[in-house]
Amino acid sequence: MFKSIYNYFSDIYTAVRSLLTGMKVTGHYVFHPKEIITQQYPENRDELKMFDRFRGEVVMLHDENNEHKCTGCSACDVACPNGTIEIISDWEINEEGKKKKIIDKFVYHLQMCTMCGLCIPACPTDAIVMSEDFEHAVFDRSKLTKVLNKPGSKIMDGIK
Amino acid sequence: MNRLILKINIYDFTPLTQAIHDALSESFSPGITTLIEMVIIGIAFITLFTILGLVMVYAERKVAALFQQRLGPMRVGFFGTAQTIADAIKLLLKEPLMTKNADKFLFNLAPFFVIIASFLAIAAVPFAKGLQALDFNIGLFYIVAVSSLGVIGILLAGWSSNNKYSLIGSMRSGAQIVSYELSVGLSLLTMVVLTGTLQLSEIIESQQDGWWIFKGHIPAFIAFIVFLVASTAELNRGPFDLAEAESELTAGFHTEYSGMKFSFFFLAEFVNLFIVAAIGATVFLGGWMPFHLGNWEGFNLIMDFVPPIFWFLAKVSFIIFIIMWFKWTFPRLRIDQLLTLEWKYLLPINLVNIVVMAFIAMQGWHF
Amino acid sequence: MNELKTGLETQEYFINMGPQHPSTHGVLRLMLTLDGEIIKNVEPHLGYIHRSIEKMCEKDQYRMIIHLTDRMDYLSCHINNEAVCLAIEKALEVEMTDRIKVIRTIIDELTRLSSHQLWWGVMGMDLGAITSFLYGFRDRELITDIFEETCGARLTMNYNIPGGLMFDIHPNFQKRTKEFITHFKKKLPEYDDLLSNNVIFKQRTQGIGYLSKEDAISYGVTGPSGRASGFSCDVRKLEPYMAYDRVDFKEILSTEGDCYARYKVRIAEMWESLSIIEQLIDNIPEGDFQVPTKKVIKLPKGEFYQRVETARGELGVYIVSEGKVSPYRVKFRSPGFSTLSAMNKMATGFKIADLVAIMSTIDLVIPDIDR
Repeated sequence: MFKSIYNYFSDIYTAVRSLLTGMKVTGHYVFHPKEIITQQYPENRDELKMFDRFRGEVVMLHDENNEHKCTGCSACDVACPNGTIEIISDWEINEEGKKKKIIDKFVYHLQMCTMCGLCIPACPTDAIVMSEDFEHAVFDRSKLTKVLNKPGSKIMDGIK
Repeated sequence: MNRLILKINIYDFTPLTQAIHDALSESFSPGITTLIEMVIIGIAFITLFTILGLVMVYAERKVAALFQQRLGPMRVGFFGTAQTIADAIKLLLKEPLMTKNADKFLFNLAPFFVIIASFLAIAAVPFAKGLQALDFNIGLFYIVAVSSLGVIGILLAGWSSNNKYSLIGSMRSGAQIVSYELSVGLSLLTMVVLTGTLQLSEIIESQQDGWWIFKGHIPAFIAFIVFLVASTAELNRGPFDLAEAESELTAGFHTEYSGMKFSFFFLAEFVNLFIVAAIGATVFLGGWMPFHLGNWEGFNLIMDFVPPIFWFLAKVSFIIFIIMWFKWTFPRLRIDQLLTLEWKYLLPINLVNIVVMAFIAMQGWHF
Repeated sequence: MNELKTGLETQEYFINMGPQHPSTHGVLRLMLTLDGEIIKNVEPHLGYIHRSIEKMCEKDQYRMIIHLTDRMDYLSCHINNEAVCLAIEKALEVEMTDRIKVIRTIIDELTRLSSHQLWWGVMGMDLGAITSFLYGFRDRELITDIFEETCGARLTMNYNIPGGLMFDIHPNFQKRTKEFITHFKKKLPEYDDLLSNNVIFKQRTQGIGYLSKEDAISYGVTGPSGRASGFSCDVRKLEPYMAYDRVDFKEILSTEGDCYARYKVRIAEMWESLSIIEQLIDNIPEGDFQVPTKKVIKLPKGEFYQRVETARGELGVYIVSEGKVSPYRVKFRSPGFSTLSAMNKMATGFKIADLVAIMSTIDLVIPDIDR
């Protein structure tokens, strides 16, 4: 009899105590607004810097002379699990009169890319890298199909 | 008109209301005067509802954000202050949808039931001295009776939606409100033992020399806690939001509502929160009565300098904040635990408390 | 209700929970047979997010399979990757360097932690305490930052490759991980204050969704859910892979088998994971982060099986090879699928609200079930 009455009140005591501990935790954060963790995204674009290894999308590096390193060997195409990369190659006749394979278009289908990063180590000439850009949203699906070599660009000298 | 402006006194609204009444009586017959007064009060309350809805939804979102280490709405207006206006416009423009085979009449009626119940209840809330639409001798009883009418709307909404989730939600709500009505009533009754009156203005007058929560010893404090818990349950707010229970019943009784009809439920929930906080402030914390400390004349004078309406709003905000604190901390109860809490804990405690309080009042031990 | 002979005729009814329902965490559809609020039967319907990953593996080369496993149980992606890598490495009979083993183990445990943090937050949210969701994500964010810096992605990392790791760890890795450990050791007691000791939470979970040890074994419920029923099934202990044989940790077991036991096992596992990381983080041996493999991997003819312990239980990878560049058949034994099969056993006789608690504590990830 007394045991059960004691239990009744001790139950209430432990219950109220546990609830107050919980309220203490949340209450702490109300009165410490400096600990707020969220950020204002489009406003903080200037400070927002992604880590340099972040895999945003595949880009082709061009130097100041509008030259890239891609030989059109299709190693990245073979390494890609999803058929994201499509290389349209062309033949160029150089000064010595030899035919040489160059790229006409390096087509990159962003909509199919899973950002696995397998194409980057596959490239023998380090022509492509992953950029840190993560804002891929566009209004038209066709804009996701990108041509990575810039118009008028040509292969760097000495890259085979 | 100048006569009216001269009568404005933020410490006492009685002269102003009296002057309006006199001015109307001069030119109209008593019946039309009452009618015009009713229309004025109605417009005033509709405006108040809008403002309350806008302010309290914003406050809820900001407070929730603070509890959760977030910033909350920040985009629309300065610190997101215009966010709720944008939301209201969105709700106005939304298409009112209805499920196939829904009971059209009841489906459309339900939101009005809920909002009218809040309208009826807010009429008796004393905002400041002389600023009260209905002040009659059973004010407290009237509020308790009327505020539970809203459950009919919830039951209708759940039944007419032709959705099993809604039905489960509304049935839960019915069981919940019927049970918790008891505790709210009894905890207020505990204080009525002390005040000796049900008239809200007199309850406030009786707290001239100190609020009942301080004057009434521990029983008053227990009654206050019970009132807070029970009224949170009556409001269908977390941790007692079983009628909505978004992780179990998607949105409970208002699953099928959209647009303005949904916003009626939403608005009623927040206005009810205000009303409950107002009753709590009136009965336990002295309503618009400033904070007075015994014989400290200087201190009391400074406190009197703050207008009563601000005292009232501050107390209401305090209670609302505590109820929000509950919501953003605790997990939801299950329906059987909810009823256990009421019938095995709150009700017996309340009954013992009321006996203790009666004894205290009889012996005159309260201050 | 039927027993109450009130003269009213009541009948059972069906309700569809999902595919779009807030607490199924994805596109799981549960067909509930209810009597009032009491559950009579639960029938899970799958296939809403089936992407035929096993079939896709049959046309992919071995290196390409790995990034598909990211998309199975996305919360333990690194461990899934590791399972495939280990199976391939076992078949190729290449020995990993100590550096690879230790780094993989650390990131495994970080993955487990981040998965449990998310589970904790979502568990609270399912039970109505929305604040815990944000707190869980707050602490998880630090781990995803570590992943992003070292692995290049926050969720689908694809950091493992057959024969090692894609890159070496970032110079900041150790510093960040230590910062995270000190931060999280302060925050983990908060989890107890907010939920574990909360009386409402205890009442919602204690005695709910009981699963006996025998049932756990017969349904193949593994991971924290199985261990809460007393089924000793931690692959890290039974068949140590990577660096698990050199660290000192306990296998958390409980005998109660209810929701609260499953909850407690996961919380205790977070402490264990922290201690595993602490033991390894200062002792990353020097060495290569990749063991050279052929450009196009061909597995010898045969069948290879590797099992690992993900955050949800035992993941088995079974590869049948015919000696070609792609496997003949790949089968994943995913923990979520087996755990879900015990749902009916656990939930029958409880209320709808309890079903939500049960679903939370068995920690379902729907893409893991459907694959």
